Amino acid sequence: MMGYIWGGMIVLSFLFGMIGGQTEAVAQAALDGAKNAVDMALSLLGMMCLWSGLLEIAKQSGLTEKLARLIRPLTRFLFPGLPPDSPAVMAMVMNMTANFLGLSNAATPLGLAAMEELHKINPRPERASDEMCMFVVINTASISLIPTTVIALRSAAGSVDPFGIVAPVWICSSLALLVGVMASKLMARRKRGQR
Amino acid sequence: MLHMFSVGVMPLVFLGIIGYGFFRRVNIFDAFLSGAAGGLKTLFGILPALVGLLAAIAMFRASGALAFTTKLLAPITNFLHIPSEIMPLALLRPISGSGALALVNDLLTSAGSDSMVGRIASVVMGSTETTFYTLAVYYGAIHIRDSRHTVPAALLADMTGLLAGVYICQLLY
Repeated sequence: MMGYIWGGMIVLSFLFGMIGGQTEAVAQAALDGAKNAVDMALSLLGMMCLWSGLLEIAKQSGLTEKLARLIRPLTRFLFPGLPPDSPAVMAMVMNMTANFLGLSNAATPLGLAAMEELHKINPRPERASDEMCMFVVINTASISLIPTTVIALRSAAGSVDPFGIVAPVWICSSLALLVGVMASKLMARRKRGQR
Repeated sequence: MLHMFSVGVMPLVFLGIIGYGFFRRVNIFDAFLSGAAGGLKTLFGILPALVGLLAAIAMFRASGALAFTTKLLAPITNFLHIPSEIMPLALLRPISGSGALALVNDLLTSAGSDSMVGRIASVVMGSTETTFYTLAVYYGAIHIRDSRHTVPAALLADMTGLLAGVYICQLLY
């Protein structure tokens, strides 16, 4: 998929460049873009290291688990078919906590473990269960406490207010999560009614 | 008020994490170092993708193809009151995380990070996910063929994030 988009962009750029007589500018832009990528990575590097380091402290001190315990009551509403202390729920809660804190490296293995647990209790192994749909939708809605990457990018681009977007991001991602959760609930109910 | 939350949360989180680490007697500097090394590895992992994508985006812009695409999408963006520059980001976001990141960087430098377009791009990037990637990884791992209502529900959430980002920024700034 990305191969087509990427290749298509480059081919289209040269076609447009030839029509507009801008081939040289297009070739120059490729070099500039590659250089910009390195600049961008360097400007993100400090923030990434600082944040990952802090999160490691949160993990080792048990703060992550403490947060996970706080959101467990929510799982009764999200996954009514599962007992709250089942291994599937535990893995999902840990995954959501890791995502919330921006620990994406830790979140993915936890999420995969949760999917394995859900798979064990799925009566139709090739078809996603209601719980799986809900869990994946929650994962795609990405609620995070601090959108660190965007803040670092803004700061590198010379923003006078790099943090200003934090509260708007909370509002928007909460709305997106709410719509996603409601949609999964409604669609799961409707599909079940049909059978 | 909103701005106070935005600016205040980062120092509070720092303080909370460090304070709790002290309280639980974690060796905080060692933990910090091992975590920071992990951050370094993550960033170098995505660098090749960033180089390829930023080069392609710069070419796309320089050739005039980007201006043409945004003009083509103008009827939709005008109808929804979305700035036309945001549309490529909205289309790429669910498919490629590093691609979207490269686009946001491009918008922040070309339009200005504190411009309306720059703010909307930041908010949309922060409040949406790489939906199809997540789906492929999670369902692929346990060989699910029928994802049922996952795609429509997730895309509905993405749409909500996009429109909310556009309208909230226009309301606030």
